[in-house]
Amino acid sequence: MLIAAALLVALTFVSFSVGRFPVGPTALVRLLAAKATGAPSDLPPAVETVVFRIRGPRVLAALAIGAALAAAGAAYQGLFRNPLVSPDILGVSAGAAFGAVLGIYLSLNVIAIQALAFAVGLAAVAAVYLVSAFLRRHDPLLTLVLAGVLIGTLLGSCVSLVKYLADPYNQLPAITFWLLGSLSGLTVRDLLATLPAVAAGLVPLYLLRWRMNVMTLPDEEARALGVDTGRMRLIVIAAATLMTAAVVSVSGVIGWIGLLVPHAARLLVGPDFGRLLPTAMLLGGGYLLAVDTLGRTMAAIEVPPGVLTAFVGVPVFVWLLAVSRRGWQ
Amino acid sequence: MRLAVEDLAFGYPGKPVGEGVSFTVEPGEVLCLLGPNGGGKTTLFKTVLSLLAPRAGTVRVDGESVAGWGRPRLARTFGYVPQAQLTGFPFTVRDVVLMGRTAHIGPFAVPARADREAADAALATLGIAHLAEREYTQISGGERQLSLIARALAQEPRVLVMDEPTASLDFGNQVRVLIQVETLAHRGIAIIFSTHDPDQAFLCAHRVALLSQGRLVALGTPEAVITPERLGAIYGVSVAIAQVEGPAGGRTRVCVPSLARPVAY
Repeated sequence: MLIAAALLVALTFVSFSVGRFPVGPTALVRLLAAKATGAPSDLPPAVETVVFRIRGPRVLAALAIGAALAAAGAAYQGLFRNPLVSPDILGVSAGAAFGAVLGIYLSLNVIAIQALAFAVGLAAVAAVYLVSAFLRRHDPLLTLVLAGVLIGTLLGSCVSLVKYLADPYNQLPAITFWLLGSLSGLTVRDLLATLPAVAAGLVPLYLLRWRMNVMTLPDEEARALGVDTGRMRLIVIAAATLMTAAVVSVSGVIGWIGLLVPHAARLLVGPDFGRLLPTAMLLGGGYLLAVDTLGRTMAAIEVPPGVLTAFVGVPVFVWLLAVSRRGWQ
Repeated sequence: MRLAVEDLAFGYPGKPVGEGVSFTVEPGEVLCLLGPNGGGKTTLFKTVLSLLAPRAGTVRVDGESVAGWGRPRLARTFGYVPQAQLTGFPFTVRDVVLMGRTAHIGPFAVPARADREAADAALATLGIAHLAEREYTQISGGERQLSLIARALAQEPRVLVMDEPTASLDFGNQVRVLIQVETLAHRGIAIIFSTHDPDQAFLCAHRVALLSQGRLVALGTPEAVITPERLGAIYGVSVAIAQVEGPAGGRTRVCVPSLARPVAY
């Protein structure tokens, strides 16, 4: 985990440096030192603008969003006792997507679009939870997953309907762009609005880390060991949904991180949630930062991270499965 | 700690499985539950453990009804050894056993040194300390069953409910599990276990309950309950019961079924 943290710091420096307007490492250190001491730096003001206004928020956002998605994925994979579960299994991304697409269709401003995405994302998962609570005669996990698939499909159809109705010259490109996910144009304000929700989700997950281990047992065994599994499920779903909805509403749908990164973390440090959660967050933050840095530097146009996460993630994941002895079962 | 089950009716919503079941188990006593497939043994166990709500009747511990007890309190009283299934993530055997300590630590806490020592002691009692660092998903079925018993032991229960603890184990592991049943009873734990092998009841049970079609058909000492007539009536096979001398001296009984003719009781 120390190695991962060191790599992450190095990666952050690299990401600050590279781009259309390169900033050398010495200039970066001087700039940070000047900022820390309050002394005026002798660097051109353009450098300061690039580092603090444009690249800074974007780098920090990549770290925070990647870490949040990976943490939510790790929680859901434990809760559903399945390593192939992603944070959007209960429809949070589908809900957020519908909220954002609807906001774009109604020509709302950016803040309202983000708020709508966040609200519909939470509402979608609440609907899934209520539907599964209503169908009490079946296995609770199975009904949750099925209700998630159903509501997700329904919301997907709603997104398609809005896309069909949307103005093809103004709104449709904006919708497509949002659905691909992007970190460009993220402001410090977006970041500050996201962080409380992420923290509010993260704290209970970390506090309940031992119970999360017990939750990976079959439901009746976990209950026989003294865990109120119904209440735990509600807390974990609420926490993971809050985090995911908060980041998806500002970044758009960025797939794969919540699915692959926790799995990779488990291959590295094993299934104990107390170690899995921080490792997944380090890897998730680093992974999204690497992918986003790659996406904005490798070509003249920006490649959306939602696309690139899969392009980079799938081969890396295959390699991890091939070299690792520590698997699932 | 005395377990009393009074006139229990059990089953799933809209699907009754059994009713009118009453028995008691004293501290240090081993009660063996026998009965055909589908007779309601597992459902009865889950109701005793409050994993299923009783349809009627009461489960009492030292005279106090367990209705309304919270999960942690239930878990500090009842240990459950389920049939070992291969599910979940590759935790080490030590971590699996440590999970037995969950009811003894706060909701936000992680196991402390004392909990680790309790887990290691449980592993040592079961004679599987060498498995501690192995992954639970990589060990054999018999080792997995012993790990689950160690987990229940780390839970420090007063009543231990074991659902077919010897199912799918080889002969040696079956005997090793029965030895553990006897050891745990000597520690003053009240034990209920189910099995499909009536010989096991003769070997280590103080009393036997015969459950068929959701009702207790007989309850008493193994010698009184397990008779050729009853086994014939319940299982539809012809059985002779013989007395043999065990390898360490002492006499025990064994059931010998006949393959010759079906009986019509």
